[in-house]
Amino acid sequence: MSALLTLDGISAGYGSFAALFDVSLQVEAGEAVGVIGSNGAGKTTLMRVISGLLKPSSGSFALDGKRLDQLPAYRIVEAGIAHVPENRRLFGRLTVEENLRMGAFLPASRKHFSERLAWVFELFPRLEERRFQMAGTLSGGEQQMCAIGRALMSKPKLLLMDEPSAGLAPLVVEQVFELVKRIRAEGFTVLIVEQNVGQVLDVVDRAYLLETGRIKLAGPAASLKNNDFIRSSYLGL
Amino acid sequence: MSARRLIPYLPVAAVVALPFFLSNYYQHLAVQIAIWSLIYTSWALMGRFRLTSLGHGAFLGVGAYVPTLLWNNYGVSPWLGIPVAMALAVALGLIIGYPCSRQKVIGHYFALVTLALGQVVLLVIVAAREVTGGSLGMTPHPVGYSWYALQIPDRAQFYALALAAWFLGLAVWRWVDRSMIRFALESIAEDEDAAESAGVDVLREKLKITALSTGLTALGGALYAQYLMYLSPDAMSGVGISLQIVFAAIAGGMYSMLGPTVGAVFTIGLNEGLRVLFGTHFIGASNTIYGAMLVAFIIFMPRGIVGLFEKLWPRARPPASPPVVPDTQPAE
Amino acid sequence: MDIYLLEAIINGLLLGGVLALLSLGLNLIFGVIDVVWIVYAEIVMSAMYAVYWLHSYYAWPLFLAFPAAILIAALIGVLVHVVVIEPILGSAPINQLLATGGLLFFLQSLATLLFGTEFRNLGVRLPVLEFDGLYISFSRLIAFVVALIGAVILYLFLAKTYLGTSIRAISQDREIMGLMGVNERRTYVITSAIGGGLAGLAACLLVLQYDVHPFIGLTFGPITFMICVLGGLGNMIGGFFAAFIISQIIGIGGYYFSSEAAEVLAFVFFIVMILIRPQGILGKK
Repeated sequence: MSALLTLDGISAGYGSFAALFDVSLQVEAGEAVGVIGSNGAGKTTLMRVISGLLKPSSGSFALDGKRLDQLPAYRIVEAGIAHVPENRRLFGRLTVEENLRMGAFLPASRKHFSERLAWVFELFPRLEERRFQMAGTLSGGEQQMCAIGRALMSKPKLLLMDEPSAGLAPLVVEQVFELVKRIRAEGFTVLIVEQNVGQVLDVVDRAYLLETGRIKLAGPAASLKNNDFIRSSYLGL
Repeated sequence: MSARRLIPYLPVAAVVALPFFLSNYYQHLAVQIAIWSLIYTSWALMGRFRLTSLGHGAFLGVGAYVPTLLWNNYGVSPWLGIPVAMALAVALGLIIGYPCSRQKVIGHYFALVTLALGQVVLLVIVAAREVTGGSLGMTPHPVGYSWYALQIPDRAQFYALALAAWFLGLAVWRWVDRSMIRFALESIAEDEDAAESAGVDVLREKLKITALSTGLTALGGALYAQYLMYLSPDAMSGVGISLQIVFAAIAGGMYSMLGPTVGAVFTIGLNEGLRVLFGTHFIGASNTIYGAMLVAFIIFMPRGIVGLFEKLWPRARPPASPPVVPDTQPAE
Repeated sequence: MDIYLLEAIINGLLLGGVLALLSLGLNLIFGVIDVVWIVYAEIVMSAMYAVYWLHSYYAWPLFLAFPAAILIAALIGVLVHVVVIEPILGSAPINQLLATGGLLFFLQSLATLLFGTEFRNLGVRLPVLEFDGLYISFSRLIAFVVALIGAVILYLFLAKTYLGTSIRAISQDREIMGLMGVNERRTYVITSAIGGGLAGLAACLLVLQYDVHPFIGLTFGPITFMICVLGGLGNMIGGFFAAFIISQIIGIGGYYFSSEAAEVLAFVFFIVMILIRPQGILGKK
């Protein structure tokens, strides 16, 4: 069975600073996969390579067999990958609805704007309440919802989530991970990058451990949770 | 200073002395090159530290008009009038520079404020047409050959005077280069807040260089007016001339002492060459080519001609003003 | 109120309309691409020449010459971006400023080369309307109305369309536009075309009122920059209102003193305002 997303030997960096070394991974359709690791491990770099914000220095990756690593970001969105960036990155001076509209910018998505908007509002009723509010005035949790909703507007084949729990209060973090479970239940394939190892392992099927730019461990979420190294280094147990 | 160290300057000295032996026409060009070199160099005193003024025409205009007005209306000799004009130009620069510095008006905003200033001076000159002749221009009241009135039809002699002024400009540049002002301003250019917290008095340093720059520009304007014996607002203030100053300084290379001079040689030479080529046939053709070249310069040679040379032939001994800022000016 | 003062106020208002249009174009480009087109007024000048040329030499009726000029101006806008700005998008902003300054010089000289320095008049005489002793030139009135319509259309475009919303978004977070499926470069090119087109529209309005010559850009270029900075560079609403503030200063100042003194007053006002509040009226620090 060929995977939805395959990364093959991806190396990438910023100028002379190399952040990723020979990273290979796979995501099957319908799965939720996590990439865990501490600060500076290269998780965000990985996301940016996949979504096209950063060109890899070597290696390749493909979605549904189609090679994407040399394409600009907007082509990758067309291919079906949506990226919820680190720190939300909403358009602060646009309204919630306008942000969601931006998520549906692709011609294929525009056609279905109303239905998808209704569906996103159903997933996130709070967003509907605040639809005409400036996105910059939302609370952290609401902004995260808006950012996720914005990415969902293009009904992506693969949803990338970059540290969805970052900067959020613990209660809100729980809500966010509940959301991830719901999105999964709706049938989306999700690749999450997270520092919050404990919570994310409860939500994903499989995970990879990234340390200083290399894949160090991989496996089903349950076995990783019981892994001694992970327990001592990342779960503080 | 041993005689050995003077050797690299001999070719320069030869070139500088040459016009004394050439015809009137070349002397005319030489005078202009010398005066404009002074003006471009004084602009670059600010420009090299990222204080990019698009309104230096204001100080040029003050330097040109004030001595002439004083001479025409009160018989005041330019020997007195020019220092007065320089003082006024410095005052104008400080009046604008002080709040700009305190309010951290930099970059785009600073450039556009100075542009407005240049326009104001132009508009004032035009509006006060009873006194200044407005757009039609004015001439200093002619008295023939007179050093007292600084009216010197003999081109070779005026060239000597212009050379002295040019030297003054270079001397000031060199002085700045070797002083603490330079390091202070370079650190300010790189990161103003960091410099401030390191103890640099940002305001004073900026004002110092502004005073030097505006005063010398006014001197250049005064000399130019005295040489041409004709002043007009468009040639001596306003956006057009201000931009010309900026371009020439950049084209020559504003980070080195002789860069602006090279810019003057290049632009005046090019203009003359194109003018000779096209004559009266295609008025505007030479300037059109000139304009296109300016754009090309910004795109392909942001460090100017001198910068290009420095890249191709790095000097054996360390240059007098090693560029601290990277290849193009760093993004703000 | 003195009828002449009222006239001055109204004329100031009408002038403000065109200045507002110009400021919208300049602010649009700066807000999106982060470059000040110092050459903006010269694009207007070029479009004015286009109207003049098409109408006077090829006998195109104005209702054809105007749209043609607008298209030409839009094309010039695209060329400015693609040929001059794109290669230096990464360099220091001052370089970009100076490059467009070089273009200013280039266009002025090109116009001199092609058309000479004489003042050219379109030869269209529009009536002067009279309201109870008040004289308003019709061309001014038309210019004001069309400028306002243009502003409204621009507003609707930016607020209601996908492209317009993406143009607003790109000035808020450039980097992630690709994640929305937006082709950044295409957006810049389209924005440049719109900016150029707005200059073309302003040209059509101005050519009805003023003679065209290669240096006419200098009469309203600096004022336009001043208006944009006063309103907060990149802030279209700020620029819009600043245009009317400045035009009123010029209009009322012209009534009390001379029109030139009024312009000086406007510039001095600008300098003082910026030194008090450097980011402009609606600008952000």
